[in-house]
Amino acid sequence: MIKSSGTILDGDSRPEGSGTGTGPRNADDCGKLLLLQADFDGELDAAQAVVLAEHRASCPVCKRNETILAAARQAARGVAYHHVSPELLRAVAGRIGVPRAEADSASEAPPRCTRAWIPWQGIAGFGAGAALAAAVVLTLLPAGRPESIAALVDDHVRALQPGHLLDVVSTSRHTVKPWFDGKLDFAPPVKNLAGAGFPLLGGRLDYVDGRAVAVLVYGRGKHLLELFVWPESTGMAEPARATRDGYNVIHWQSEGMSLSAVSDLDPAGLAEFVREWRQAPP
Amino acid sequence: MGSDNVFAAVALPHLDAAFNLARWLTGSRADAEDIVQEAMVRALTYFPTYRGGSARAWVLQIVRNTAYRALQARRGERRGEQTGADEAVDVETIPDIAVDPEKALILSDDLCRMDALIERLPPELRETLVLRELEEFSYREISQITATPIGTVMSRLWRARRLLVQAAAEGETR
Repeated sequence: MIKSSGTILDGDSRPEGSGTGTGPRNADDCGKLLLLQADFDGELDAAQAVVLAEHRASCPVCKRNETILAAARQAARGVAYHHVSPELLRAVAGRIGVPRAEADSASEAPPRCTRAWIPWQGIAGFGAGAALAAAVVLTLLPAGRPESIAALVDDHVRALQPGHLLDVVSTSRHTVKPWFDGKLDFAPPVKNLAGAGFPLLGGRLDYVDGRAVAVLVYGRGKHLLELFVWPESTGMAEPARATRDGYNVIHWQSEGMSLSAVSDLDPAGLAEFVREWRQAPP
Repeated sequence: MGSDNVFAAVALPHLDAAFNLARWLTGSRADAEDIVQEAMVRALTYFPTYRGGSARAWVLQIVRNTAYRALQARRGERRGEQTGADEAVDVETIPDIAVDPEKALILSDDLCRMDALIERLPPELRETLVLRELEEFSYREISQITATPIGTVMSRLWRARRLLVQAAAEGETR
């Protein structure tokens, strides 16, 4: 928030040639233009919001500018998010000297070059209705099932701290899968979904509720997804969702394994991940 | 984990964001890949001075600097042949033209065209828009990444949005 540097329009944050300055104003600027924009961007504190609310109730310019802000956001958030290719991830891993994957790009699908990442805004209009629907029809996880939802989210948040995320850094399931050998008494399924826009980044071993779990880490734009895998039968084969502290969780079962995907990614995006995971061959 | 692995765990999760920014700044996948590789090597060198805070903002700051250096070098090469061909527009003085935002709202559904319109924004405006709308950084973080005062970030953001909507609305009458 801007609050910490004083109000939005003072000191070094005074916009050039706009807003409250003495220079000429253009037709867009009723004097509260940048306050309006800051409100739109969630950057206003309560005091500024009050000032703005009084003004905009009777300002036709503000009303028009709101439409411009909304149109710009809809346009900008719909454009291509350029995802890193597995080859580049491997190349970078090599350059910075971390254990690199064997060259096995043939076994991984090439990245989808289209805009695989559809933002939450205007989602129905962009033909991603299916993803949204998938998220909506998921049943809610019954309270307390599995018991460890809170523990999973806590672990996910802890892992996001520097240095805790990955024990093995690799985009290759042929590197990540053997890494777990001998460290766990079960063999977690490992899939790279780079082709679907969810590149595998690596994995780690963790303990959740006193039980050893395999954690697979995936990227999605600026978001991280973690898939927790452990052997347990909860009798819940179909995916069910939960939300805790702003993180979304989808839990399901497959072949004697419990799987929980945890992320701050929106529910539709997480549902897409789960769908891709379940469809991908082992 | 060794220190390299600590770096990897801090920086690698932001590789997508790094690539996205580099791609939007250069307009080329191949250039963006070179820039990301160079930036990550640089980041590894600077890592001992990383003091925590948003790792994503820190990584993108390095990516941006690397990208600008590459773009400048290339512009220098080209200047030998042709002079002043693509001088930067003075982004602070772009005039506003009346637009119909309602029309732009409808037209913004055409995403391929929006890609092209954003490509045509001056780089200072383009990066501010990408950092805000695609990466959802706060004003303060954008200010840090672009080494620009918050007030300038705000006016650039408005100009970027305004130009984008304007260009979208103009396209229809063409």
